Amino acid sequence: MTLELFSQYLLAGITYGIIYAIVGIGFNIIYNTTGIINFAQGEFVMLGGMISISLYQWLPLPLAIGAAVILVMLIGALVEILFIRWLDRPSVLRMIIITIGISILIREAALHVWGEGVRSLPYFVGNEITTVPVLGARVSPQVLWVIGVCTVMVLGLSLFFKYTLQGKKMQACASNRVAATLCGISTKNMVTLSFMLSAGIGALAGCVMSPITYTQYDVGTGLAIKGFTVAILGGLGSSMAAVAAGLLLGIIESFSVSVVPLAFQDAISISLLLAILFLRPHGLFGNKDAADLKEF
Amino acid sequence: MKRSFATVIMLAASLALSVSMACAETIKVGAILAVTGPASFLGAPEARTLEMLAEELNAKGGVNGNKIELVIKDSGGNPEKAISFAKQLIEEEKVFAIIGPSTSGETLKIKQICEDAKTLLLSCAAAEQIVEPVAKYVFKTPQKDSHVVHAIFENMKASKISKIAVLASNTGFGQAGKGQIEKQAQEAGIHILAAEVYDSKATDLSAIVAKLAANKEIQAVINWSVEPAQAIVLKNIRQAGWNVPIYQSHGFGNIKYVQAAGAAAEGVIFPAGRLLIADKLADKNPQKAVLTSYTKNYETKFKEEVSTFGGHAYDAFKILCRGIEQVGPNREKVRDAIENMKGFVGTAGVFNFSPTDHNGLGLDSVTMLTVKGGDFVEYKK
Repeated sequence: MTLELFSQYLLAGITYGIIYAIVGIGFNIIYNTTGIINFAQGEFVMLGGMISISLYQWLPLPLAIGAAVILVMLIGALVEILFIRWLDRPSVLRMIIITIGISILIREAALHVWGEGVRSLPYFVGNEITTVPVLGARVSPQVLWVIGVCTVMVLGLSLFFKYTLQGKKMQACASNRVAATLCGISTKNMVTLSFMLSAGIGALAGCVMSPITYTQYDVGTGLAIKGFTVAILGGLGSSMAAVAAGLLLGIIESFSVSVVPLAFQDAISISLLLAILFLRPHGLFGNKDAADLKEF
Repeated sequence: MKRSFATVIMLAASLALSVSMACAETIKVGAILAVTGPASFLGAPEARTLEMLAEELNAKGGVNGNKIELVIKDSGGNPEKAISFAKQLIEEEKVFAIIGPSTSGETLKIKQICEDAKTLLLSCAAAEQIVEPVAKYVFKTPQKDSHVVHAIFENMKASKISKIAVLASNTGFGQAGKGQIEKQAQEAGIHILAAEVYDSKATDLSAIVAKLAANKEIQAVINWSVEPAQAIVLKNIRQAGWNVPIYQSHGFGNIKYVQAAGAAAEGVIFPAGRLLIADKLADKNPQKAVLTSYTKNYETKFKEEVSTFGGHAYDAFKILCRGIEQVGPNREKVRDAIENMKGFVGTAGVFNFSPTDHNGLGLDSVTMLTVKGGDFVEYKK
């Protein structure tokens, strides 16, 4: 394999991988505060793309994206307040079914608002055929945007959890909800915040990837499956593990085309998910003892 | 679970219609179309076309006084749903004929069901196997894969291209096209150096494009699909700085794919009927009148550009109506009338059906188009 081909695969892998990672982190943030998997996570990505595309008709690109992210965060908060907040000690299964219901609801609403066609934001720099050389490979500048924005998001999130009071409160909820309540933290507000946060990062990812992958009302499902694989692969609950797992999965997928036919690409990620669920249910980087204490 | 509101509303509407119109003299025509889902660029214009035509026809009093009642089902491009809708239309709705499905995979799944139920099926999908072997009650309106592949290979030979790569989606259409390309390649003196299949929902193909681009012997790429992946593959190839000629199937005949691929669509070569260049045809062309009138009506009504797919539904509907007009609403007689129909001018070409040819289109129905300045134009070397 030449260096050029190698870096081409690597960059493609990092691009897929970082998008999976962002969706995986979205799963983790909500999982940490509620103990459930929010299957509407992919829909937040779709909404981010769709809303920014609509707003772009009237607003300049950066404003359209900013406004879309804020709107999707509000939608995330609304979803939590309407469907999750008022439930009194709901079972995990019930909450999961609720999130599946929400995802269908959002998808159908999107079909009615935006129709069945694909849409996309324009390329942030250049157009569909602009390329920049990187390590001997040629990539679209948008790929660098995706990688850059997602990296900044990951770093921002880790700073948020480490150094801000709200971030620490959320972490407290994640490690022990009862103890956090006893310390005076409103766990209900933390759950709302976690929905807003994961909706926001999903939406931003949805905006930057839109020129590359297009946005259609039903893109959320596929992304949710990949994001879920990544969250499980890394070990549920850890955002950094999701990043590592996302990159790993993306790179495996892109390099796989050099040895097996392209048609098997998705089979590879699903087999990986199954293998992890059988062999290391607590994930590659997760802690078995900690996982045993969780309900799900 | 994925059944959309659209379907539910249509179901409700069709139910309401069937109650209110039960006493009138109506002919019920079913349609199974991929109005939503990955093949929605096919199904959506097809459904709109049928609605428009039925409305026009009924406003004029129907066929020989019989009104046409449409029952459109949205399959989302899913073959399993197509099967259940076909059974529903045949057994519950007792439709006179079925138009659609939009995709080859779906059509092939319900071909036998319609044949067994002796219900006319006028497919809007392309694969050769729909009419090969001939099934008594199954017809199709788009150009055959074999004619289309033939046209592509002729174009390649003229450009002295002999070594190619083939990309196809994992749908019935993609697989049928890939099979046809492989079948005809040897005779045409074309060598397939690589053939890859991708998922119909693929959102990025840059890894596989990198692999193909590394093979310097490849002189051209043929892509065979109907999904947005058609536009994605164009962008990925051009972004990799790879300047080979790109050929697409007749599945590219919707200007939305060109808009989605933007600058990357320039110079794409693909075979299609003459609908997309209707305004540029010579006045003496036999199809000119049909094409311009359909284009005008559709574009005024729906404020979007016509696609060849809507045209396939147009042909199916008009052929059915012509059959009913000739012999009355008797299914067996209409079947015979369609099978013997000659010189029917449609959007895809001039149809000449026969007991051995349930497609009725000749090689001349296909012309090579290319994209120039974001618009379809006839390909000229």
